[in-house]
Parts: sequence; structure tokens; C-alpha cells
Amino acid sequence: MLLIESSRGDGLFYCLSPLLLFTVPGIPGQDRQQSRIYMDFDFEYFGLLFLGGLTRGSIYALIALGYTMVYGIIGLINFAHGEIYMIGAFTGLIIASVLTMAGFPTLAVAILAGMAAIVYSCAYGVTMERIAYKPLRNAPRLSALISAIGMSLFLQNYVLLAQTSDFLPFPSLIPDFEFWEPYAHILTSPELVIIITTVVVMILLTLLIQFTKIGKAMRATSQDKMMAALLGINVDRVISVTFIVGSATAAIGGILIASHIGQINFYMGFIAGIKAFVAAVLGGIGSIPGAVLGALVLGWTESFFTGYISSDYEDVFAFLFLVVILIFRPSGILGRSETKKV
Amino acid sequence: MTAKDEIKKSFLASIWFMFLTFPIMVIRVNTVTDTVEWRWYNMALVGIGAFLLSMLWRYLLKRQADGSKKEKTQGPGRVQQLLQKKEFFLPGIILLGCFTLLFPHVFSMYQTNIMISALIYVMLGLGLNIVIGLAGLLDLGYVAFFAVGAYSYALLNFHYGLVFWIALPLGGLLAALFGILLGYPVLRLRGDYLAIVTLGFGEIIRLVLQNWNDFSFGPSGIANIPKPGLPGMDLSLQGSTIFIFYIIVALVIFTIFVINRLENSRIGRAWIAMKDDEIACQAMGINKAKTKLRAFALGAMWAGMGGVVFAAKTTFINPASFTIWESVIILCTVVLGGMGSIAGVMSGALLLILLPEYLRDFGQFRMITFGTVLVLMMVFRPGGMIENVRKTYKFEKK
Repeated sequence: MLLIESSRGDGLFYCLSPLLLFTVPGIPGQDRQQSRIYMDFDFEYFGLLFLGGLTRGSIYALIALGYTMVYGIIGLINFAHGEIYMIGAFTGLIIASVLTMAGFPTLAVAILAGMAAIVYSCAYGVTMERIAYKPLRNAPRLSALISAIGMSLFLQNYVLLAQTSDFLPFPSLIPDFEFWEPYAHILTSPELVIIITTVVVMILLTLLIQFTKIGKAMRATSQDKMMAALLGINVDRVISVTFIVGSATAAIGGILIASHIGQINFYMGFIAGIKAFVAAVLGGIGSIPGAVLGALVLGWTESFFTGYISSDYEDVFAFLFLVVILIFRPSGILGRSETKKV
Repeated sequence: MTAKDEIKKSFLASIWFMFLTFPIMVIRVNTVTDTVEWRWYNMALVGIGAFLLSMLWRYLLKRQADGSKKEKTQGPGRVQQLLQKKEFFLPGIILLGCFTLLFPHVFSMYQTNIMISALIYVMLGLGLNIVIGLAGLLDLGYVAFFAVGAYSYALLNFHYGLVFWIALPLGGLLAALFGILLGYPVLRLRGDYLAIVTLGFGEIIRLVLQNWNDFSFGPSGIANIPKPGLPGMDLSLQGSTIFIFYIIVALVIFTIFVINRLENSRIGRAWIAMKDDEIACQAMGINKAKTKLRAFALGAMWAGMGGVVFAAKTTFINPASFTIWESVIILCTVVLGGMGSIAGVMSGALLLILLPEYLRDFGQFRMITFGTVLVLMMVFRPGGMIENVRKTYKFEKK
């Protein structure tokens, strides 16, 4: 209950109240998982769902970062961000397959494919910004958003036409670690890698934004573009860097999730993008710690929802969650509320 | 800038795009047989294409920048001028009327069916035009109202045997009700949040229709929806198609009439004012909540009626017809035609729906073209093909 009394309490309460529901003992989960039952409440099942939610949330966080950074700098919902993530996964798959056939060792394949995916995602992100968003920087918000939707549609169908509409099997780039064997029944090695990578990326990103010159420039630009330009910051370059960083994290998320789930198709970016957007809004769009927090909350709630209630309505739930957040706390958990001045 | 610089720039762009499209356009991996197909000809195509397009792109951007420097020419564009002249307008309308009346008798059933779909989209476009073009609210879940209309006819007919003529206004009303239901919670949201929430709403409706088997028969959909008829009328398949054609033509004319009247009414002007500046609009004493809700409800109503006609035309509906991309296509018709302009939206819808039908060979490129159209229109001609001209008053010194 401490959460409720804090200054940000009401928002947190709204967001976490669905979680409180799940902690009520006696909701059955036992029939799915035959294991020890402590006092009517299956802790092992709960733990599995918790870790599953953590993995899910980590992936959402990696994608949500791109949304939230771009929004923080140019105030645009980059609708095509999910497509960047999809292109990252596709590039990773293609390069990995070619290298495997050429006889490279697994580790080299994983590293090279990962790097290629990141490079290409960044390249697509920057090009997209130059073509679809830069000419519209002073246009009404609606125009840029429509342009972003167009870009999303274009990239999806570009991959569909150039590659395939079928699901492609994705090779597991992450090996099962031997030292992790004893714990593998709780958390598989790929899941472990996902969580660790997310943490590392978050730390690097925080360092980048807090302590480097370009990070300082980014913060300045997000506060006031005009003033930043007057102080000699190259705003165009800052925006490009933002797109690069956002695309890189999305690509990392794309490869990790693809090698975890094991298949990809051209449509994977859309739903993931929407969910990451929900996460970004939940945490307070424009705020980086907010995006991570929002992603984790969304990951857990989804995981518990599907684990305890129903998996049919998983996507409905994410959308409902978004609507409810926006109604009760449009600025998110950590976001500043924006007052419009005349 | 010299020609040499231009060529150098375009050359760099072409190299960049060749690099960019390399893994996805050139390599295709067959994961079953473990073979790689190298499609180098694609790379050559991309290189040449990017070279020429980047030239064109910079030329157009430059022309646009020059254009905005010049004094903007006020007043209606060429098409509007043509429409306003009586000597063109009246014969034009009569010709168009004769053409539509004779259309199903002159052309084949296939053509008539395509025309019916196109006219349904015209109606949807005009409805969405109220929400986007007039009120400035970006609604990405518009297809949900279309689904509400279609399912309300299908289900009411299935359970209670309601006929088309009762379902038509009922479908419109139900959709309007859903419009208010959606509009109410999102009243406080700003433009871009609104887009995402409406998108979410559209997906919720589709997912519910898909998963709630007892109510909507799930993904298998509802079949054998009766076509409309009149008492004492026994229509063949061809006859009923022609009948639907006339119904949708009448509905489109009705829509145009209503929207035309709405545009210049008190509500219409309130919408336009709200689109420009919400705060100033409220300061002028316009109730923001009511105005927005009216826009949602009136916009949704046309989608609902369009949905009823759609269900009657296809006699089979399932949730797959109501995906988010359908909303995007409708948005595309509005954007291409010109937000806020009736003639623009109509020509946009006809163009976007009819062209892919007749260019069947390019059918697979349909969606990618729509995406390109959205981006290009926003960059080069945000007003659309036929730009909406606002009433302006000029003060002239004597």
C-alpha cells in the first residue's frame, strides 16, 4: 500500500490494480501445472508466469525505447517502428542462413548476423526519417502521423513482396548454456540472454544519454528544438542519432525474440509495435525509464492474464489496457502532464 | 547547384539504396532445401530506380520550396472553378446521372459488382471525411463501425428475420451508438493518442467478433445473408445486383446531400473551427465534448449503413473483412482525394478501388502503392488531389 501513498500513487495504483487481482489466492492454475501446492496457491506456476512476463516485458522494453525516444525528440508516434524491428529480424535470418551455409561456426554466425541486423535496421531507420518525416517537420502532427502509417504499410509489403508471406523458421542463435542447466526448467537460456541483454542495453543507453555530448544534445533538443539549434546543436544530426539508437535497440529485440520464438513473418512488427507503444504510453511517453517500467508492467500483466484467466483475448487485453491508461492517466506512470498554453 | 553535383548526389543515393535493399531484395533463402537464391537483377533495378527517383525527389522538393515562397494563390483551384460554373455543372450532373442510371444495363454483372464495392468505399470515405476532414480527428478504427453495421444486419436477420430496409437505419444507428461509446472516453485525448486508441478499438471489435463464437460465429463468419428486395418483387441474381447498385447510388447521393448541408451548418463550422484550434474554439463558446461526439456519431453512421449494404451484397461476412488495413485504405482514399472536399474524397475512393481491380496484374502491389501514396501525398500535396477550399473573405481597399 506504500505505492498508493507516494506522490505518483494514483497512476501506479490504476496500473497495478489488475495485478492485485491476480494475487488473490485460490484462482486455479494447478490443473495446467502438476506441481507442489502450497496453501491453495501455486508458487511455482506463479514464478513461471512472473519470469515469462519478465522476458516478454524485456522485449517490449527494447522496442518501446525507440518509440519513446523518437517521441521525446520530435513528438511523432513513429508508426513504422515495429517494421524496423521486423526488418532487423529478417536481415538477421537471411545473413545467418547464408553464413551457416557457407560453413561459419555458430558463434561467428550469431555475432555477424546480429551486427548485420543492427546495421541494417539503423540504415532503414535513418532513411525512413529522411524520406517520410524530415520534409514534414513543420507540418501539422496529423500529416506526419499519416506519413508514418504509409511508411509502415510500405515496409510491410516491401518485405512481403521481396521475401515471402509465409512464416520462416528462425535458427536458434542462442545456444543452451551448460552452466545454466540446473535452472533451465525455470528460465531457459535464451530467456536469460534476453533479460541480461535488455539490462545491458538499458545501462548503456542511460550512460549515453546522461554522460555523453550527443546525449546532452538529445536532452536539449527534446526540451526545445529552436533553442538547441540557436546554441549550436545540429538538430538534424541529433534526430538521426535518435533514430539510429531506437532502431538498434529494436533490431536487438527483433533478433532475440525471433530466435526465442523460432519463426518470423512480415507481419510480426505490427502487433509487437502496438504493444511496445502501449508500454511506452503506460510508462509515460518520452521518458526512458518510463518505457522500461511500462514494458515490464505490460509484460507481467499479460503473462498473468493469459496464465490465470484466458489466452483467447490476449491482444484485446493489451488494447483495453491502453484505453484504460489513456483515460485515467494520459501522461503515464512517469510522464509529465503537458499543459497547453495559448 | 550544378548538374555535376546533382548527378553525384543521385549516384550516392543509388549506392545507398543498393546497400539498403541488399539482404531483402537480393538474397532469398529457402529454409526447406537450404539453398540461397541470389537475385542480382533486383540490385540493378534498385540502383537505376533510386538514381532517377532521387533526382525527381529533389526536383519536386525544390519546386515545392519555391512555390511556398511565392504569394499563395488564394481562391478555388481549377476543378472547383469548373464545378462552380453553371454551364459546366448542370450538364455535367445530367451526364453523370444518365451514366449511373444506365451503368448496370450497359456493363456486365462483374463491372456492376466492382462498382458497388467502389461506391461502398465512396460512402465510407465520405463518412470518414466528416471525422478527419472536417473535425480533424484521426480515426484509425473506422472499419469497426463498418463491421458493426454488417454484423447487425447479419445477426438481426439470422435471429429475428429482420429485412434489409429495417436493418439499414438500425445498422446506422447502432454504429452511431458505437461511435459515441468510443468517442466518450477519448474526448480528452490529443490527436496522435486518439489515432492509437481508435486503432485499438477497431482491433478490439474485430478480435471480439473472432473469438466470441456464441455471438458472432467466430472466424467462420455468417453466410446466406439475404439480398434486399421489396414485397412482391422476385429478383434473379442479376436483378438483385442491379437493385443493390441503385440502392447504393441512392445512398451515396443522400450522403453527399447530408454532408454538403452539414458542412455549412452550425455543427460543420464548429467542426472546422475545432480542427484549427481547440482552445480558441472553446473560447468562442462551442461545447467541445458535444461537437466531437457528434462528429464520431455522424461519421460512424455512414459506415454502419455501408456495412449493411456490404453484408447484403456479399451475402457472407467474417471478421477477416474488417482488419485495420481496411481502415487504412479508407484513410488513404480520403487523404488522396483531399481531406474535407466531397468531390475529392469521391474521386479518391473511385480511383483507389477501381484502378487495382482493372490492373489485376498489379494486384500484389496494391498495398505497397497505398503506403507510397500516403507518404507522397503528405510530403508533396497534403491537401489532396482536389483541395478543399475554405471560405475566405477578402477585404479590399477602395
